[in-house]
Amino acid sequence: MHMLLSFASSLVSGPLSALAAFNAEPLAHLRSLDIAIIAIYFAMVLWIGFYLKGMSNTGEGFFMAGREMTAWIAGLSFVSANLGSLELMGWAGSAYQYGILATHWYWIGAIPAMLFLGLMMMPFYYVSKTHSVPGYLHLRYGEHARIVAAISFATEMILMSGVNMFAMAVVMQVVLGWNITFSILVSSVAVALYVGLGGLRSAIFNEVLQFVLIWAGALLVPILGLVQAGGWTGLKTRILSNLGSDSYFHLWRDTGSFSANPMGVHWTGIVFGLGFVISFGYWTTDFLVVQRVLAAHNLRAARMAPIIGSIFKMAVPFIVILPGLLGLVLLQNADGSRRQLVGEDIVAACAAASSGTPADPASCSAAMSHTTLPPAYQQKVLDGVPGSELHSYNQALPLMMVRYLGPGLLGLGITALIAGFMSGMAGNVSAFSTVWTYDLYKPLLNKRGSDSHYVFVGRLSILLGVAVSIGAAYLVMHAHGIMDYVQALFSIFVAPLLGVILFGMFWKRATGLAGFLGLLLGIAFSASLFMWVKLNPVNLKYVALSEAAKPMAENVFRALWAFLFTSIIVILVSAFTRPRPVAQLSGLVYGATQLPTEEAVPFYEREWFWATVVILIFIALNLIFW
Amino acid sequence: MHGSRMSIWFFIGLLLTLYGLLILAAGIAEWAGGHYPPGVELNNLHAPVWWGSLLALLGLFYLVRFRPGRSDR
Repeated sequence: MHMLLSFASSLVSGPLSALAAFNAEPLAHLRSLDIAIIAIYFAMVLWIGFYLKGMSNTGEGFFMAGREMTAWIAGLSFVSANLGSLELMGWAGSAYQYGILATHWYWIGAIPAMLFLGLMMMPFYYVSKTHSVPGYLHLRYGEHARIVAAISFATEMILMSGVNMFAMAVVMQVVLGWNITFSILVSSVAVALYVGLGGLRSAIFNEVLQFVLIWAGALLVPILGLVQAGGWTGLKTRILSNLGSDSYFHLWRDTGSFSANPMGVHWTGIVFGLGFVISFGYWTTDFLVVQRVLAAHNLRAARMAPIIGSIFKMAVPFIVILPGLLGLVLLQNADGSRRQLVGEDIVAACAAASSGTPADPASCSAAMSHTTLPPAYQQKVLDGVPGSELHSYNQALPLMMVRYLGPGLLGLGITALIAGFMSGMAGNVSAFSTVWTYDLYKPLLNKRGSDSHYVFVGRLSILLGVAVSIGAAYLVMHAHGIMDYVQALFSIFVAPLLGVILFGMFWKRATGLAGFLGLLLGIAFSASLFMWVKLNPVNLKYVALSEAAKPMAENVFRALWAFLFTSIIVILVSAFTRPRPVAQLSGLVYGATQLPTEEAVPFYEREWFWATVVILIFIALNLIFW
Repeated sequence: MHGSRMSIWFFIGLLLTLYGLLILAAGIAEWAGGHYPPGVELNNLHAPVWWGSLLALLGLFYLVRFRPGRSDR
């Protein structure tokens, strides 16, 4: 999620402005076979939508996929909903910049939270039979908390869908030269059709399909890259000789001080900020991902789904981080020298005019002076020598694809990226539809509608959601400042929500008023911190404890303070208000719930066994790459 | 997914089979004609041939294993 936002934000400041100045040469040219492969994908997703329409005519069928997904399907969908193309491209770019440290976002930034969701939280989400995360808040804290959460979720999801749509269109323009409006319209019509027809079931099916496509389309790149680099040992040797540092290969060794590693992070920030607040906030409370697990066919499947997802999540760095590292030593300029990628701001500053030379040579020269680009190459850029254009970190993965994938395979790789984008949009739109219908329309506008009426409203809300998303996409395109606020939405909302949900699930004493006020005041507090720094950047040193903090660090610390503030509010208000009788908390709170007895299964089918296996692999990987 | 409905794995099998066969055919044509796409590295490894074969085999397995009408899905 964070990568999507920061990537989209960098796109706004980078290639979009560059493309506005000059219609740059695309990175890749598709052949007819590639186009056929992309067309087959679109035909397949629409077929799935039409095929599933007949199974999505009831509320349970449309909004909850009939609650009949197996652990495997729910688990793959759970991890796939997060595995968008922006994640792939953004983290490959981060690996190019920071090395293996970027893997923290896949391992400690995901695995513990996913296991906690499966083992500790899923029983309450699942047994309460809620349709949504705001729905759980309604059952636990009452109507007001639900409404606050639902409005926040609905706003965030629709804006995120628009951001996703816009970012996809920009990437397609940069990589393939496609028209932005064409990309937005084709993808949004396809998403509206297949989600509108088949509901959550269709979104989940397509997410599983997308997951397979991403692996089929992207796995070949690191395999061929490793062959060319001489294996892992050859890659390390080349990076050492080219960059003179082995920090690119260590997850923890150099995180004892901010300045000792390429990312400039400290292990405390990784463990507490990323590993706890951000990670738990996203993986255990974001309805976009939790909704996939709620569709499981029984409690055991619901608990197993995040654990299965975590196994695949641990493997994703192979197709994301490794191509970024390989790009560091294998990407070449036209003259055979090592190609150095740069930030989006440098690419934008050197955007070429129609003559081929930078439109603003002074800005370009000044921007390049802060990079490690060789002076001779900087001069080539300023002279507009063909083949000397600059590429950004975010283009590391597409550049590696173009390097190794010929006709057909390139089409498969591009299809994987398109599938990832569409899946992200579909996930947001399907979650929006459920929250809008069950948590806003039903309680506030029409409490007595029939089941078929709510399905109709759900389908209508998908069309509405896609339409608003298109509007949001164009809004972001034309008002660049909007992106900062969209980017802040997630980090403002997630920490207070995590606070009230954790207290709600694990503390019987937490009261309805405490949950409502904790959420509302927590969001207000978090938003105030954001605006405080936005209006006066000097205040960053108070929020992020350092004047030199990067946006990611600010988000992490703001989330941490908001979580603590929310916790204090919940505890204080609960102390002065009357709690609900324990009998009313059955199915909602740890210690007040008798979980349903599940049939005995062999040890190798139990969630605790697989969670232990995952934890052992997780520890081993961290030690191997220490 | 249960009953007589088509499984998601069937759709995946169908897609992988189609993609695998198309990429395999393109790879064989490249290899036979000796005309490789310019700018693509490691053409000598004939990645489209073996990757296309792998996708087609995997797709066929899922296509047969989860074909409509089988009850053990």
